[in-house]
Amino acid sequence: MEAEMWVSYAAAAIRLSVPLMIAGLAILFMSRSGILNIGMEGMMLIGSLSGVLGAYYTGNVWGGVLTAMAVCGVVGLMFGFLVITTGADQVIIGTAMNLLGLGLTTVFGRSLLGMGTEAVQVDSIPVIRIPLLADIPWIGPALFEQNTLTYMALLLVPAVSLLLYRTQWGLQVRAVGENPLATDTLGVKVHRIRYMCCIIGGMLAGVAGSALSLGILNQFTENMVAGRGFIALSAVIFGRWTPTGTMMASLLFGGADALQLRFQNIAIPYQFMLMFPYVLTMAALAWFSGKAKQPAATGLSYKSAADRHA
Amino acid sequence: METRNLVKRFGSFVANDRLNLQIGKGEIHAILGENGAGKSTLMNMLSGLLTPDEGEIIYKGRPVRFGSPREAMESGIGMVHQHFMLIPALTVAENVILGMKQGSGPWYRHTKACEDIKRISHSFGLDVDPEKRVSELSVGQQQRVEIVKTLYRGAEFIIMDEPTAVLTPPEVEDLFRVLRSLKAQGKTIVFISHKLKEVEAICDRVTVLRAGQLAASSAMTDSNAAELARVMVGRDIAPPAARPPLEGRAELLSVSGLSCRLSGVQVLQDLSLDLREGEILGIAGVDGNGQRELCEALMGLSAGQVSGSIRVRGEPVAKPHPRAMTEAGVGYIPEDRHREGLMLPMSIGENLIAKEYRKPTFSRWFTLSRKRIRQAAKAAVEDYRIKTPSIDHAVSKLSGGNQQKVILARELMLRPKVLLAMQPTRGMDVGAADDVHQRLLAERKDGCGILLVSTELEEVFALADRIAVMYKGRIVHTVDRAEADMELIGLRMAGL
Repeated sequence: MEAEMWVSYAAAAIRLSVPLMIAGLAILFMSRSGILNIGMEGMMLIGSLSGVLGAYYTGNVWGGVLTAMAVCGVVGLMFGFLVITTGADQVIIGTAMNLLGLGLTTVFGRSLLGMGTEAVQVDSIPVIRIPLLADIPWIGPALFEQNTLTYMALLLVPAVSLLLYRTQWGLQVRAVGENPLATDTLGVKVHRIRYMCCIIGGMLAGVAGSALSLGILNQFTENMVAGRGFIALSAVIFGRWTPTGTMMASLLFGGADALQLRFQNIAIPYQFMLMFPYVLTMAALAWFSGKAKQPAATGLSYKSAADRHA
Repeated sequence: METRNLVKRFGSFVANDRLNLQIGKGEIHAILGENGAGKSTLMNMLSGLLTPDEGEIIYKGRPVRFGSPREAMESGIGMVHQHFMLIPALTVAENVILGMKQGSGPWYRHTKACEDIKRISHSFGLDVDPEKRVSELSVGQQQRVEIVKTLYRGAEFIIMDEPTAVLTPPEVEDLFRVLRSLKAQGKTIVFISHKLKEVEAICDRVTVLRAGQLAASSAMTDSNAAELARVMVGRDIAPPAARPPLEGRAELLSVSGLSCRLSGVQVLQDLSLDLREGEILGIAGVDGNGQRELCEALMGLSAGQVSGSIRVRGEPVAKPHPRAMTEAGVGYIPEDRHREGLMLPMSIGENLIAKEYRKPTFSRWFTLSRKRIRQAAKAAVEDYRIKTPSIDHAVSKLSGGNQQKVILARELMLRPKVLLAMQPTRGMDVGAADDVHQRLLAERKDGCGILLVSTELEEVFALADRIAVMYKGRIVHTVDRAEADMELIGLRMAGL
């Protein structure tokens, strides 16, 4: 009985950490190129809704995920245009992105999907049980009886590590995030790198949003991201701007979320349990953020030397 | 390399006015000029960071036009910037490889990069560990990384912008050794500087710029330092005249038993000194022997645990604090003008009043008088010969020497009784440094006591009445200038 409880808790923790993990990797990409994205909340909301809409109109849950990627890729491009080309303040654009995401998804969610109990429901991403591996006691059912997106998220972590640390392109991304001027003098196209990271970040935000609406639930509800965009940002900071660290932090925060669900029916008022993941996030940040070091050029717009003199 | 009638304008300001210059292959060519004479603009055009408005650049007999640093680099022109273009968080190898195609495929090959770097290091005597992070390297080593970077990109023509400004004397020697080895292997080097001695020591030809125009160009053998200085500045630079000795003047600053521990390190140890009216006390020493900590402790800026007693004009200071010290009549020229000395995005006037904005001269009730602030800025610009397109310009747009003059103007506007001057002419050209020196001497004449911290021994000798040598947080030697022996002081600086 106890083992069963543990396994179901661990499985829930992993499932709930998937949106955080993917969103975290999205933020990580942008951040390593020097772009601070506090608009992840809004981007994920757009991803959640477009995922459900895509799944509804194509009749296929993967059609939904792809729709979310495409829509959020465009949103990422737009974000990039504002902060890279026009050089607008990244915090302000990020905040605007959150408001825009909430507003747009509420309006289109109500008008296209209906309200309340009549809300449109779609298929959710299928759970795949990996034979043999799932038979391992304890770990097996927790780790290898998950939906496809979970496996993809877990594979994405080493893939991003490889990209950032073992390729020439990844080196350019990291350099741009640290010192764009120096990178520019070496002939690297700073803006192009940053645009690429914004689009990749947007697409991943779409996947993260649909991981919520198609992976965990099978519908869209208003403001369903509920702060997870910010928690993902914390996970990146907590994970010290590394893919593996971001994954570990996401698992921790996902674990807190699962714990909160598990203990809602005990003596403590459930509102306190609801607070738990957020309190943990704040505690983790307060504890660790002093020691971590963000990419040096984070949040700063860059104009090339020639532009600056003109 | 040749330029013909090269012109570059920034707004109405002509930074380079019809420059014609010739640089031969395999020579070390010095470009001399004061701050703001247009050296950096010229070099930025040669290296592709800026494009000329008029005129042309001829390289290897063909006219070229570089749209970006990459294009210049592909033609074999590399630049080592004054402020290094390195990424501290990355390793040496990553910094060198960055932006280059490394064989086929998308992968970054660390082992191969390290091998390539070691090969270049060996052939030019540039010792550097490719595995290290740049943030762990000394300034001299970072410069080597910059040179390796240009060589890795196949540079034949290397431009170095004030390469010695940040180096210690032994590092300068090292750099010169490298430059000679580069020259021996057929590389051409453009050496931008305002240090005449260094130009004399290493360069074959010299071109002097003044106010954006070509002032002179000749072989080094046909010229000498004094003549170059005159051409560069446009007036004679006389060594500071002998000054009358001081006797029986009042004590302004008295420090005894000053100690400071900073993150577990004893940075100041039982240090005592005194400073009298109309006296310049020169603090000599190699950088990092507690000079900075001494000034910070005196101004109440130290982050460490400070103990000991400080008296200003006889009054004990229980707990030094920047505002209290300012009000007690202590002026402070910090070592790092960008980080501590100025608010870079703000105007000259706003920086000038940074210590006086509370006074009725500049503020009434809670509004600042823009008119009076601009007046003060205008007076300072004229008085201190600050070169700026307008008085409303942000100080970040000024050259280093002119920024330093803004700080000097601010501190002297308060008529201090004691002035702590840290490296007041670091990175400045002959003319501007001379302006600062004359100011300090004028203050001394008016009775101000000056604590002059400088790592340039010549500056200390030229200005100080007494010289104290700092080594590992202590004053190890104090002597009147008249009796001072430069060699002995050099030994004391090295802890011998």
